[in-house]
Amino acid sequence: MRAMSPIISVANLSKTYGSGFKALDNINLEINRGEIFALLGPNGAGKTTLISIICGIANLSQGRVIVGGHDINKQYRAARSLIGLVPQELHTDAFESVWATVSFSRGLFGKPKNPAHIEKVLKDLSLWDKKDAKIVTLSGGMKRRVMIAKALSHEPQILFLDEPTAGVDVELRKGMWEVVRTLQASGVTIILTTHYIEEAEEMADRIGVINKGEIILVADKAGLMQKLGRKQLKLHLQGRIDAIPAALAPYNLELADGGRELIYNYDTKGERTGITSLLSDLRGAGIRFNDLETTQSSLEDIFVSLVRRT
Amino acid sequence: MNFRAVRAIYLFEMARTWRTLLQSIVSPVVSTSLYFVVFGAAIGSRITSVEGVSYGTFIVPGLVMLSVLTQSIANASFGIYFPKFVGTIYEILSAPISYFEIVLGYVGAAATKSIILGLIILATAGLFVPLQIHHPWWMLAFLVLTAVTFSLFGFIIGIWADGFEKLQMIPMLVVTPLTFLGGSFYSVNMLPSGWRTITLLNPVVYLISGFRWSFYEIADVSVGLSVGITLMFLAICMVVVWWIFKTGYRLKN
Repeated sequence: MRAMSPIISVANLSKTYGSGFKALDNINLEINRGEIFALLGPNGAGKTTLISIICGIANLSQGRVIVGGHDINKQYRAARSLIGLVPQELHTDAFESVWATVSFSRGLFGKPKNPAHIEKVLKDLSLWDKKDAKIVTLSGGMKRRVMIAKALSHEPQILFLDEPTAGVDVELRKGMWEVVRTLQASGVTIILTTHYIEEAEEMADRIGVINKGEIILVADKAGLMQKLGRKQLKLHLQGRIDAIPAALAPYNLELADGGRELIYNYDTKGERTGITSLLSDLRGAGIRFNDLETTQSSLEDIFVSLVRRT
Repeated sequence: MNFRAVRAIYLFEMARTWRTLLQSIVSPVVSTSLYFVVFGAAIGSRITSVEGVSYGTFIVPGLVMLSVLTQSIANASFGIYFPKFVGTIYEILSAPISYFEIVLGYVGAAATKSIILGLIILATAGLFVPLQIHHPWWMLAFLVLTAVTFSLFGFIIGIWADGFEKLQMIPMLVVTPLTFLGGSFYSVNMLPSGWRTITLLNPVVYLISGFRWSFYEIADVSVGLSVGITLMFLAICMVVVWWIFKTGYRLKN
């Protein structure tokens, strides 16, 4: 199913705004067909600019973007036909009905009328009973779904979701994830930007991290967590100790909880974690413990440490 | 050619007209009727005729042009400004549609509206004064040409404007004065020669003169010159629109 050729390929892409601000700096990125790719980054990192360029909303300053084999500038019709975009802001025509605005989008993308398809999209997004309602009367969550419906109206192969769950309550967020998974199952490639790590962790196959206009990492989610995931061993001591014995210095232990806890950080990718020798050295030093726990750093910790490093 | 997209934009814009029928059609008709009452009845009773035509009849083409000019600009500028303002422009820009098709959709709809409006005003005028149209095809040609040209001009204003104030500024401060001073209510020949020369710098003079000629075969300037100046303005607007899309001015940056 996952063909080797990427469905989107971004090469040496840079964008400098008229003000001189460099929003993107030499971006190279490939998105595989059928995957869910999460683009993570703090506010102002360049996520939206990157999406805007791929979708044709902003001009690029340098570089090249190929979508489905088509150059986004030279073959913009073919390239854009493949893409559905759900922008971050709720941009809607207040006085149009849901049905009219979704049908409008399909026409705009040059597709013949297909009421059955629009009906299916609206039903999938639980908007069917609102099809004749004016958009202005809908709640924020519903408007967000209307925008997804517009993007899906022309049966795109690629769907961009720019911060799809920003300001959306937990219930609705779960519902949105469900929709995304169903879409992926039907073969749609999904690129989502988010600053909710939880979302990327939950949804994505691969993760790219962007900061200050540069892609600082692209990796398989599981691999990323394994590669960068640090584990922590926490030992609850039987008694208090004032200082770490000199014999244990090589382990770089931390003393916590007023001398009742010892914390050991180790790397899961290392061949030896050092746990066995630590435990025997502890016994040698006469330190006893009555409980221990290990924790793995979350994607959020990884992300924060990556962004800080740059 | 993405005809479906052009159709979608065109119908979307026309639907907006029907939704705002009162503002789009009724209010220009009311204000034109007021002009007839004030200029035609009150002032016209003191001016017997202009170049052999009764004053009320004489001002009809100018009044139609006044509405077509202002409405073309208002419709087209609002049509493209509003999606920019509320952000729905993203969808137009991300769609597989050429610049030409975007302009065709928006300007086509704006021009259609003002042509319909022009004809309604003409019909309204017919209720006040007797009308005669010597060259109906030329009349229609001038109407269409003016509507298209000034809708394009409005489209440019709509792209350029980054606030509602700017959207109003050009129509209020430039177009309305030029139209009033362009011979809507008088013949340029009635002016002292110095003013006459200055007036001839006003492009609207040529539009109204040509349009009036198609009605009564009386003109301030030659018909060929009227057509020529209008086409020239159309060409300038086209070049500006082409430049806007080529550079992405205020749309893609």
